[in-house]
Amino acid sequence: MGAEILEGLPKLGTAAAGIAVFFAILLLVFFVLGKVRGRFSGPVAGIAFLGPAVLLLIGGLVVPAIQTIGKSMQNAAGTKFIGIDNYAWIFGTDTNREILLNTFMWLIIAPLFSTAFGLTLALLLDRMRRESIPKSLIFMPMAISFVGASIIWDLVYAYRDPAKPQVGLLSQVAIWLGFDNPPNWILLQPWNNFLLMVIMIWIQTGFAMVVLSAAIKAIPGDVVEAATLDGATGWRLFSRVTIPMIRATLIVVGTTIMIATLKIFDIVRVMTNGNFGTQIVANEMYAQSFVQFDYGRGSALAVVLFVAVIPLVMYNVRQLRKERAIR
Amino acid sequence: MSVEAHQVIPMPEPEQGEGRPTVPQAVKRSLSSPWATGFVILLTVLWTIPTFGLLATSLRPSEEANNSGWWTIFTNPSFTGNNYAEVLTGGDTIPGGILPYFFNSFAIAVPAALFPLALATMAAYAIAWIPFKGATTVFFLVFALQVVPIQMALLPLLQMFNLGWSIGPIPIVPDLDLSGTYIPLWVAHTMFALPLAVFLIHNFIAQLPRDLMEAARVDGAGHFTIFWRIVLPLSVPAIASFAIFQFLWVWNDLLVALTFAGGTPDVAPITAYLANIKGTYGAQLDLITAGAFIAIIVPLIVFFALQRFFVRGLLAGSVKG
Repeated sequence: MGAEILEGLPKLGTAAAGIAVFFAILLLVFFVLGKVRGRFSGPVAGIAFLGPAVLLLIGGLVVPAIQTIGKSMQNAAGTKFIGIDNYAWIFGTDTNREILLNTFMWLIIAPLFSTAFGLTLALLLDRMRRESIPKSLIFMPMAISFVGASIIWDLVYAYRDPAKPQVGLLSQVAIWLGFDNPPNWILLQPWNNFLLMVIMIWIQTGFAMVVLSAAIKAIPGDVVEAATLDGATGWRLFSRVTIPMIRATLIVVGTTIMIATLKIFDIVRVMTNGNFGTQIVANEMYAQSFVQFDYGRGSALAVVLFVAVIPLVMYNVRQLRKERAIR
Repeated sequence: MSVEAHQVIPMPEPEQGEGRPTVPQAVKRSLSSPWATGFVILLTVLWTIPTFGLLATSLRPSEEANNSGWWTIFTNPSFTGNNYAEVLTGGDTIPGGILPYFFNSFAIAVPAALFPLALATMAAYAIAWIPFKGATTVFFLVFALQVVPIQMALLPLLQMFNLGWSIGPIPIVPDLDLSGTYIPLWVAHTMFALPLAVFLIHNFIAQLPRDLMEAARVDGAGHFTIFWRIVLPLSVPAIASFAIFQFLWVWNDLLVALTFAGGTPDVAPITAYLANIKGTYGAQLDLITAGAFIAIIVPLIVFFALQRFFVRGLLAGSVKG
C-alpha cells in the first residue's frame, strides 16, 4: 500500500506543476499589462481579462459545434458529403425510433417526478422542526457520480435464481410481499427504462427540494398574512398562494432537470449499455462515435441533442432577461 | 455528475426587516400533522437505503456478499476490510487496483476546477466593471452557450488535441501530441465549465458596491490593481462555491474522461475505471461495491463538509445579495 501511494505522488506533482505554470503565466501577463498607462490601459485590460475566456469558448464550444453540424452531413469517415442521410437514418429506422421514444420518456418522466417529489418534500420539510437531517440525506445523491449511483442501484435490481438467497433488494422485497418468482428486472422491457429513470429521480429530487425550499422560504410574509386573514388555509393556501408565488422557480427547476436529463449518458451506459431496449440518444451518440467510429451519425445525434436543448435554454435566458429588467 | 446545468433561478422577492409570519409558519399552524413527518421520514429512509446497501456490501466477506443480501448483516453480521485492500492495490481477481485512478482523479479535478475559476473570474470582472460596448450582449452570449451540449464539441476537440487544428494551410493549434497527458482533460473541462462559471461569478461581482471601485480609481488604481486588491478578496464566497461545484462535477464526470483519457492507469480517472470493471467484474459484488465506495467517498466528504457553500452555489443568481 505504501509503495502504491508513493507511485501516485508524481501524478499530484504533475497537477501541481500544471497549476503553477498556469498561474505564473497569468501573473506575468497581469504584471506586464498592468504597467500600461494612459489611453490604452482600458482596452488592454479588457482584452487581458476577457480574452482568454472568449478564446476558449470560441475554440472549445462555438467552432466545434459548427464543425459537428458539418460532420453530421458527412459519411462515417468524414470524407464525403451525404446531405441529410444521417438524419434520415435517425428518424427513419425502427431501432432509432425506439431510442427517440425512450429519450422522450426520460425527458418527461424524470423531471416531472423529481420536481414533484422535491416540491412535496420542500413543503413538508418546512413544517418540521428538524429539517436539516432529512434534507442532507435526500440531497446527498447529488454528490454521487452517475457511475457510482448505477452501481448502488445495480445492487437494488440484482437478479438471482428465486430458489436461492437474493442479493437484490427489489427482488427480496417482492418475495417478502408474496411474489415468489421476481423477474430479472433489468431485462424486463419496457419497464427497465423506468427502473433506470428511478436513478435519475433519486439524484435530482434533492436538487429540486433544496431550490424549491429556498423559494418557499422567500415568499413574503405579507402575502401569506393577507391570505390567512381572508380565510385561506391548508390546500387553498397552497394552491392559491404558495404555488403561484413559486411558479417561476418551479418551471426553471423543471427545465434545468430536463436539460440534465437530455445529456445524461452515464446511467444507461453503465447499467445496460443501451441493451434490452433502453438506449437513449446521448449514449447512442457515444456508441456511434467511439465504438462504431461513424463520426457522421454520431455528430448527427449530437445535433439532435443540441436542437432539443435550445428551447429549454432559451426559456431560461428569457427568464434571466425578465429578472434583469425587474432589477 | 448531476449538478451541471444551473440556470438563473427566479425567487419570490423577499422583504427586509419585517417580523411577520412567513408561509412556513402559517402553514405549520394550518397543516402540521404527524402524517407529514412520517412521510418525510419514510422518503428519507427510502433515499438512504441504496447507499447504505452499497456500504454494507462492500464490508462483507466475498462469500457472503455474493450469495446473500446485504440486509442479512442484521441477523448474521460478519465484516471485513479485505475488499478494500484488494480493490485499492490489486489482488488475485482485479490486477492493478484502483489507487492509480484515484490519484488521477485528483490530478484532473483540482486543476480543472482552478483554471476555469480564474479565467471566469477575470471575464466576469471585465463584463461587469470594464466599460465597453456590448458588454451585456457578451454576457448573454456566454450564458446562452450552455445550449451547446458537451456531446456537440467532443469529436472536433478530440481531433484538435490529437492532430492539431488548422484553417486551410494555416495552423491555428499545432499538433502537440497531447494524448496520454492530463492536458486535454484540463482544457476540455475548463472550456465546458466557462459559460456557467462566468454567469455565476458575474452575478456576484456585478453586485459589489460601485463606490468602492470608483474610490479605488480616484486613488489611481488600474484594473489589474482593483481586480487583485479589491475584487478577488471580496469574491471569495462566490469563488469557493463554484470551486466546490466544479470539483465535484469533474470528479464525477465520465463522458469527458472516456473521450479524452481512455482507460489507461496513466491518466484515466476513477469513474472510467469503475465503468470499466463494472463490465468485467460486475458480478463480484464485494469488490465492485468497495470500488464504488472509494469513488464516492471523496465527493461525499466534500459535500457534507461544505454543504453550506454547495447550496449557496446552487442558489446563486437567485437570492439576491
